[in-house]
Amino acid sequence: MLNLIKIKDKKKEQAASAAGKAPVKKQSAGELRLHKDISELNLPKSTSISFPNGKDDLMNFEIIVRPDEGYYLGGTFVFTFQVSPSYPHEPPKVKCKTKVYHPNIDLEGNVCLNILREDWKPVLNINTVIYGLNLLFTQPNDEDPLNHEAAAVLRDNPKLFEANVKRAMAGGYVGQHYFPRCA
Amino acid sequence: MSSPDEDPPTEPERWRDLDMLLSRPGNLVHADFNPSPGLRDSLGSLVEVLVVGAGGLGCELLKDLALSGFKNIHVIDMDTIDVSNLNRQFLFRVQDVGKSKAEVAAKRVMERVSGVNIVPHFCRIEDKEIEFYSQFSIIVLGLDSIEARSYINSVACGFLEYDSDDKPIPETLKPMVDGGTEGFKGHARVIIPGTTPCFECNIWLFPPQVKFPLCTLAETPRTAAHCIEYAHLIKWNEALKRAELFGISGVTYSFTQGVVKNIIPAIASTNAIVSAACALEALKLISGCSKTVSNYLTLETLNMVLFEVHYFSLTICRYNGLDGTHINVSEFAREKDCLVCGPGTLIELGTSTTLSEFIKMLEEHPKLLMSRASVTHEGDNLYMQAPEVLEQMTRPNLGVPMFELLKGAARTTVHVTGMAENNGKKVSSLRKLRVTFKGVEESSKMDESS
Repeated sequence: MLNLIKIKDKKKEQAASAAGKAPVKKQSAGELRLHKDISELNLPKSTSISFPNGKDDLMNFEIIVRPDEGYYLGGTFVFTFQVSPSYPHEPPKVKCKTKVYHPNIDLEGNVCLNILREDWKPVLNINTVIYGLNLLFTQPNDEDPLNHEAAAVLRDNPKLFEANVKRAMAGGYVGQHYFPRCA
Repeated sequence: MSSPDEDPPTEPERWRDLDMLLSRPGNLVHADFNPSPGLRDSLGSLVEVLVVGAGGLGCELLKDLALSGFKNIHVIDMDTIDVSNLNRQFLFRVQDVGKSKAEVAAKRVMERVSGVNIVPHFCRIEDKEIEFYSQFSIIVLGLDSIEARSYINSVACGFLEYDSDDKPIPETLKPMVDGGTEGFKGHARVIIPGTTPCFECNIWLFPPQVKFPLCTLAETPRTAAHCIEYAHLIKWNEALKRAELFGISGVTYSFTQGVVKNIIPAIASTNAIVSAACALEALKLISGCSKTVSNYLTLETLNMVLFEVHYFSLTICRYNGLDGTHINVSEFAREKDCLVCGPGTLIELGTSTTLSEFIKMLEEHPKLLMSRASVTHEGDNLYMQAPEVLEQMTRPNLGVPMFELLKGAARTTVHVTGMAENNGKKVSSLRKLRVTFKGVEESSKMDESS
């Protein structure tokens, strides 16, 4: 129980020192967990990270992937990460900022990666997601497509797919869609 | 605030039941309970209650608390009244649609219950200074999101201070009663920071949100929900373009979420039961007239039939009829190292101790043995071991005294992550530290600033 007499005394005390304490910026449990994830990042060679809002905003950052093998070798792909205060209860929101010809990334930048949605678990972390993104470039997957056309080409004609990827990365049209240069 | 002498004349008949609880001793009362006929007056004049949320639960809570003898109530809600609220949020009428929930709810309850004063706050909970929350003796939550609960929990736990033996200091306690409903189910829980588990201790209790794979939505939808989620997630940009084309503002992502979010029909009766439980727990916490539930009450009212809930005191009645009502109380345990409500490790520094000396101390501290520590304080990242870009940005801090980096506070909370020893193994850990400075008085900071 809260002793009512104590409450009375406390009110008096508060009135006496009206100045009180300076307001404290609240750090959510999600922010702290993210701080841990970030301070323990072990980035693959192909990947770098940047913090557009400086060192004190870890909740919004960019991951730059430069695949060192596979169809996308030589390209540079930027992903934005938005982490909510409910992290890791909720997965980070990841979008691909670079327009890319890829079966699992659509032209709006939505990324189809299982651990970002249905298979997300709080034990996973930012590093897992980064490895997942790298995997998308070394092993594009035609079974769960987000860009249907690209997936069909990859499945039916890998040679053509390779040529399309090269053309898109160099800056050019694949079908009706223009892809800015990212190589 | 009016002193008890100036209070309006008491109305013995109206408060007869409450007076019975507050003026008589009993076997199940709290150890400090001091029954007296004046207790109700003190309850009305000394105690300030904050109700967070003025929706389905909030309306019920305001009414229940006002009728339980609380006279100084604040209510905070950022929402306005929607026509779909009217079936259960009984304080609102058709002509109120579009107005602030907090303001209308406060006004209605004050009109009906004489002598009660309710102050509405039409804003987001994050918009209030932390100091705003310190005036309340107790916070009652009628919310529908994990995020908002988590925020209020961190604020309330933030007031808690521990003594040098890691015992919570009673004067700094800010108890919460959290209610929640979803369809026929509900819960009421008592959170006494430092004593019972806080919201963050058991956050894993919440089931993850159902999320469909994006590719299923885009390529192989199988259910109606898949089709709706498709429009919501993947074709959302088209809603934006359309709004632009017709010059309509307000198509924001959060508004879209509001329109599309997984809405489970709210049941007025569930709200009423959960709210009654919460108001009662609040009364018990404040007055000590009975022990509180310990500490998590869950309710299921499938196919609701006439029932009676006798759960006042520790005897919890379970009515477990066929498709009937079920009430259960579980005692959850605290997370020992909870970053939000736990005491953390006390560490004393000299005013000249630099950040790099501090990091070295953590390696040798017997309770921590933490190597490669990264340090953060109230949103300032003081030092990051990785990634390289952050290490470079924070490296200049290493030579700076902690006292300066922590802005001259006599004592404060710092969080560190690194590799710490646990059962002989080095594992990555996140720890809370209570940092104090030798020879610095609590008030020195205020003197400097004034």
